[in-house]
Amino acid sequence: MEVVLALLAGLMVAAAVYLMLWGDMMRFLFGLMLMSNAVNLVIFASGRLTPGQPPLLGAGGKLPETAMANALPQALILTALVIGFGLFAFALVLALRAHHSFGHLEMNDMRAAEPVAKSADPQE
Amino acid sequence: MSWIVSLPLIIPFATAVLSFLWRRSHLGGLVSVTGAAAQLVAAGVLMASTWQNGYTVGQMGGWDAPFGITLVADLLSAVMVVITAITGLAVAVYALSEIDARREELGYHALFHVLLTGVTGAFLTGDLFNLYVWFEVMLIASFGLLVLGGTKAEIDGGVKYVALNLVSTMLFLMATGLLYGLTGSLNMADLAQSVRASDNQGLVTVIAMMFMVAFGVKAALFPLFFWLPASYHTPAFSVSAVFAGLLTKVGVYALIRAFTLIFVSDVALTHQILLWAAVLTMITGVLGAASQNDFRKILSFHIVSQIGYMVLGLALFTPLALTGAVFYLVHHIIVKANLFLVSGVAHKLAKGTDLSRIGGLYKTAPLLAFLFLIPAFSLAGFPPLSGFWAKYVVVKASFEAGAFVAGAAALVVGALTIFSMTKIWAEAFWKDHPDGQEPRLRDIALRERLLALAPIAGLAALTVVIGLFPAPFLDLASRASAQLLDPQAYIDAVMPGGPS
Repeated sequence: MEVVLALLAGLMVAAAVYLMLWGDMMRFLFGLMLMSNAVNLVIFASGRLTPGQPPLLGAGGKLPETAMANALPQALILTALVIGFGLFAFALVLALRAHHSFGHLEMNDMRAAEPVAKSADPQE
Repeated sequence: MSWIVSLPLIIPFATAVLSFLWRRSHLGGLVSVTGAAAQLVAAGVLMASTWQNGYTVGQMGGWDAPFGITLVADLLSAVMVVITAITGLAVAVYALSEIDARREELGYHALFHVLLTGVTGAFLTGDLFNLYVWFEVMLIASFGLLVLGGTKAEIDGGVKYVALNLVSTMLFLMATGLLYGLTGSLNMADLAQSVRASDNQGLVTVIAMMFMVAFGVKAALFPLFFWLPASYHTPAFSVSAVFAGLLTKVGVYALIRAFTLIFVSDVALTHQILLWAAVLTMITGVLGAASQNDFRKILSFHIVSQIGYMVLGLALFTPLALTGAVFYLVHHIIVKANLFLVSGVAHKLAKGTDLSRIGGLYKTAPLLAFLFLIPAFSLAGFPPLSGFWAKYVVVKASFEAGAFVAGAAALVVGALTIFSMTKIWAEAFWKDHPDGQEPRLRDIALRERLLALAPIAGLAALTVVIGLFPAPFLDLASRASAQLLDPQAYIDAVMPGGPS
């Protein structure tokens, strides 16, 4: 099962990188979303997969008597999801503002902060 | 003990909440400055406690390490927190002269203090996943500050900044997940032990490389620095000053922490890569600066170049080199934030930062010219300013360690730094204003002038004091470096009961 998850995460990262290198901001953000899900899968798998063993202790127990699911990766993923959601929402609004400002989302053509040098013209 | 480490975090967060509530009145700015001053006091208390005991440790929620979240201040962390608070206070005061009511209403002061919270948290945490969370706190606040003005250039810089930083964050998170899978722990002290004991050292090195890339993006290391010169010259001057002072230094701090505490099992490989990255960072940064013709763009490229010196100190991995790295961090934050603040006043007087369109500031504002010269000379490494000692220690350490290429590169880069500072001096201050304008400091309203010049003068005085009396600061830096090279003491301080 770990192998399947590992392959899946690898595939998702590959797809994410492909989308991100496109140069279009929307595709970049989709790539980012895909990548963050891949990362969450990695965290989940690295906590070891223990299906069918709920993380419950017996009454008054302090230590698990049998193998049980690791709850920590799920807490980590939950945190990462919430943070990722906030950042993604911000990035979407930023994309909207960029579209208002530039009229397109082609990241290579956004040159307001670093204008292409005009000094190619020796007259200037 | 735990309140001493948590107060420098609680204060800026509380300040952020209060200044957000009062964002529509002038009280917001007042709260911001008061909060920054209070944080400085708390940071001083933390520094005193850490100086006395070596380490100040707080276990949050009463869960002992390695199970709970630990806040740890060793001397490096404590120094960084103090310097963060100093920069925070200086920029909070300066912001009162620059930030208009519209930006205040959008929550400038609140975002600023959330940023300080994130930076301080990153310096204090002793837990890798918690470090990720603080990075995100810092990141989201910096996103907000960067695009607050909403101009086309700010949006453009914001897009690049956001994109590259988010990718680095993903990598950081993935590396954290893999490291957790390998060791079953996230507490840095616990990780230091279990990583060393791990029988899968190959995988450890792979994960170390992922951390190096992730933190390298944050620190603006070659070849990962492109987001920095694309964005740092776009926002308000207070924002670029605090970014320039603190943000990349969090990346450097994370590199230092990770590669002195956790990943020291393959120093020959990892630190060699860091060494070449540092040399190339120094050189590309300074060459990039030489090709620019804008006050803030030149300064931005110099951040990149100076990051190289700090990482060089880490890469050499000797006591003297780490002393140099710590000293350099402190010196650089003060000087760099100050230069950006100066560029803000220059912009206000000469109506621009494009060096070909401004000038005449020496004639019309000699005080500003004087206040520019101090941090500029310090940055270039002139005695008797702080930059001289910082460069001297790093260069000495590289020659002692036999890294002659790195030492020579550091010297040449220092000379080229003088070249760019001279360029700014000649263009902005020396030559006449191309439009024949004669902007005077007197033309700025008294209140605004005081609020802008007081923090600049204060930071400049700090550079001079460190430069004239370097001994106590070098002593502090060398104690911090001794701590960094003794991970066992850190582990014992965090987990006094020994490994669980």
